[in-house]
Amino acid sequence: MTLARGAGPVTDPPEDVDDEAAALGADWGGARRRRATGPRLGMIGWLRWGWRQLTSMRTALVLLFLLAVAAIPGSVLPQRATDPLAVTAWIDAHPGSAATLDRLGMFDVFASPWFSAIYLLLFVSLIGCVLPRVAAHWRAMRAPTPPAPRRLDRLPHARTWTTADPGVLAAAATALRSERWRVTPGPQTGDATGSLAAERGFARETGNLVFHIALVLILVGVALGALLGWKGTVIVREGTGFANTLTQYDTFSPGRLATGALPPFSFTLSDFDVTFESTGSQRGAPRSFAAALAYRPEPDAPVEQRVVSVNSPLRVAGAKVFLVGHGYAPHLRLTDSTGRVVFDDTVVFLPQDGNFTSTGVLKAPDAQPQIGVQALFLPTAAVNAALGPHSTFPAPDDPALFASAFTGDLGLDSGVPRSIYSLDTADLEQLGLAALRPGDSWELPDGQGSLELVGYERWASFTISHDPGKLLALAAAVLAIVGVSLSLFVRRRRIWVRVSVEPGPGARGQDAGQDAGRPAGGEARGIRAESRGPADPGTGDVDVAYRVQVAGLSRTESADIGDDVARLVAHLGGPVDEEGR
Amino acid sequence: MSLAQWSNLLVYAAMAIYTMAMISFAVSFAAARAGTGAATPARERAADPVLAPVAAGEPRGVPAGDLGDAAGGQVATPADAAARARALARERSPQIEAEMAAEARRGRRGRAGGASGAGLLPPGRRSANIGMSLTWLAFGLLVVGIVLRGVWAGRAPWGNMYEYSLASAAAITGVFLAVSVRRDVRWLGLLVSMASLITLGVAVLLLYNDSPQLVPALKSYWLVIHVAAAIISGGAFTVGAAATVLYLVAERAERVPDARLAGPIAARLPDSAALDALAYRVNAFVFPLWTFAVIAGAIWAEDAWGRYWGWDPKETWAFITWLVYAGYLHARATAGWRGRRAAVIGLVGFAAFLINFFGVNLFASGLHSYAGV
Repeated sequence: MTLARGAGPVTDPPEDVDDEAAALGADWGGARRRRATGPRLGMIGWLRWGWRQLTSMRTALVLLFLLAVAAIPGSVLPQRATDPLAVTAWIDAHPGSAATLDRLGMFDVFASPWFSAIYLLLFVSLIGCVLPRVAAHWRAMRAPTPPAPRRLDRLPHARTWTTADPGVLAAAATALRSERWRVTPGPQTGDATGSLAAERGFARETGNLVFHIALVLILVGVALGALLGWKGTVIVREGTGFANTLTQYDTFSPGRLATGALPPFSFTLSDFDVTFESTGSQRGAPRSFAAALAYRPEPDAPVEQRVVSVNSPLRVAGAKVFLVGHGYAPHLRLTDSTGRVVFDDTVVFLPQDGNFTSTGVLKAPDAQPQIGVQALFLPTAAVNAALGPHSTFPAPDDPALFASAFTGDLGLDSGVPRSIYSLDTADLEQLGLAALRPGDSWELPDGQGSLELVGYERWASFTISHDPGKLLALAAAVLAIVGVSLSLFVRRRRIWVRVSVEPGPGARGQDAGQDAGRPAGGEARGIRAESRGPADPGTGDVDVAYRVQVAGLSRTESADIGDDVARLVAHLGGPVDEEGR
Repeated sequence: MSLAQWSNLLVYAAMAIYTMAMISFAVSFAAARAGTGAATPARERAADPVLAPVAAGEPRGVPAGDLGDAAGGQVATPADAAARARALARERSPQIEAEMAAEARRGRRGRAGGASGAGLLPPGRRSANIGMSLTWLAFGLLVVGIVLRGVWAGRAPWGNMYEYSLASAAAITGVFLAVSVRRDVRWLGLLVSMASLITLGVAVLLLYNDSPQLVPALKSYWLVIHVAAAIISGGAFTVGAAATVLYLVAERAERVPDARLAGPIAARLPDSAALDALAYRVNAFVFPLWTFAVIAGAIWAEDAWGRYWGWDPKETWAFITWLVYAGYLHARATAGWRGRRAAVIGLVGFAAFLINFFGVNLFASGLHSYAGV
């Protein structure tokens, strides 16, 4: 995971560039000599310096933390992308600071220029760091492991012992290869003597690079979805339908490059069922939602049935239909002063609290005179002094409508867009208030007409989306997990084995040059005494005794190579205990 | 009595045992402070011929028990021993590990404090061992309690904040105990039992939920996968943070010879390099798991809410947590950011995790604020 960038910290930038430029022999003649008076950076020099700064680990760290800090306001303040109504409410409640915050993009943090700037810089930095490392890793994988150091005994976990077996070096190579070590033979110094270097754990850096590349791919997937996908929400009342065309959506956000028509599927919400916990501390918590849809994938296709619930979206024609919300839609019938029925339909009321105290508006511009109704729908009605009319349970145990009727110019002909969920009562004359149960009818004062609560239905809201970048993002995410696991759990390590002719009594000085690594004093003899090797040169019967040295080096932090060395040594018949340091 | 009531009873019992474990661990630190046996404060070590090299300004390396083991009971010169100890602290051979494990099985592990070679069991050591046993017991009771709750509800026992907190307390202890099987981490017991107890206390007092039912959004097999990964991550984050805190204490004690608070505590701790290494290992283990938890959550969110990432407060803070821990891992690989600075970053990451765990559910309104609080 960790990208150790560059050779060291980015120090004094002008010198840095100076060195580089001089080394490259660019148009920087004499640059080194001018260092005392301070170098002059040309355009290219500054660009190089900037690029180095950007791709340095320090900058990456700073950007990483900046991104974390920049995300915080997005979780504290309401965001337009997720809850535009909450943003409006917040702005109304904080008139002083809201305008400034809005100008800074605080209500749309994750689409704001500064947030984008941070993560784009971070990704540029990441790419700038990863690409050279891909090349370096490619070369490292193909480069031979450096040969055994002269003083193997100075490495951690070094073991030394003697044996008469001339095949020990070959056996070591075979054993290491069978454990998937990459073995680089060192120089042969005799028939049975020489050294080898073995290395494994390249997957660590591979995983590291895969992880970082996968992060870039995730971003590409997100971008594809944002550019080519589309997403909309729609409220559908029970018994009514939806056809996938732009005009039917309540909100719709197409990707910038989204082209072509929407897939022409359609559905009808035939039934919406919801249950709530009725007792205990969780009273009122929802327990199940089920939206029964009758849908057609294409206009001419036969109707199919499907129940959509929260974790079970409908996949149709490359899009997905998700159930995201629900509420009540009282059925109202309004008769005007002439006795004509000017409205007779269900009206979507928006829930205001967990018990579905819902508000809604009915506008009848065709009435004589125009009539507007503001109303509360309470599935389980209660009235008290503190809360006024409110609902005490989300299910319709005792439904009631508290309505307030107005007359006057509703302003619908003025051409100014008006919300269908609110009524501007400033220029209207209030006709009166009434509480209605289903079936009740309210005679408006002065023969202005009547309002009847015929009954109620439910509505469900759906998010319908198409995201072509989703699969790429998912695949990249899986790749990222694999990569980061490899980069953190694989240990990069090396083992060296050297076999030389043991100098001493009875031994032929075949390769005295290899002897340099011999520890001083009696240490080597002490080990020989412990060794399991069949030969003991001290007895004088054996012509040649071979000295075997094995040592390992871990190339990653907190990786223990001791057991690798121990296993190899045990296999080769060396001493069990670690000695010979 | 219903299974839920049995479960509650077991949780209460576990809390009582955790309290006793915490007291035992605290006593072991207090014993160290008093300068008895197991944990000799740095000042007194300086006067001790065996401990002197360890205390003499250098990183404390490995306590006397290890020194004795490694050098076969002979300590040649102080300088030699200190160098040797440092080398050992960096890389322990399997043999030494095995010896220690064997010693641990015999019940007289001697790494954290020192003087194990003497064969005595100083008071601090004994109470730490009692603390370990109590922690195992409390963990067992808690796990049975959680399982009974799951059986009672007929689903994964982490469907609301109460259950999530119970499982988190078990995860904290579980990660600690898992580490303790392979290495001596009794010095971590005090913070771990405290964290588990606080989590349980919050669960019982503030978050109790008597319903076996789930809100519809949680009815998915992703509940098992995503939330389990998050819970285990939380346990490991907590253990990593505890080790990081102790690293900072030990690091201060090494830097400031007469640190009034850090000194006596650090006397009971391994040297700062070992603490740092443990904190790093735990955090490095948890990072891929947390990455997985976040991605599993995204896959679930795609099914439940129609988008895989929507900057819901929970998602945002999971992302922030991820970024900060990523920063921690990078910082450790970067010169100039190691040590204290990296440790502070690790703690900031843990704070972000806590905000995500408690803060978002309690204070922010978002899609994740379902959990029956």
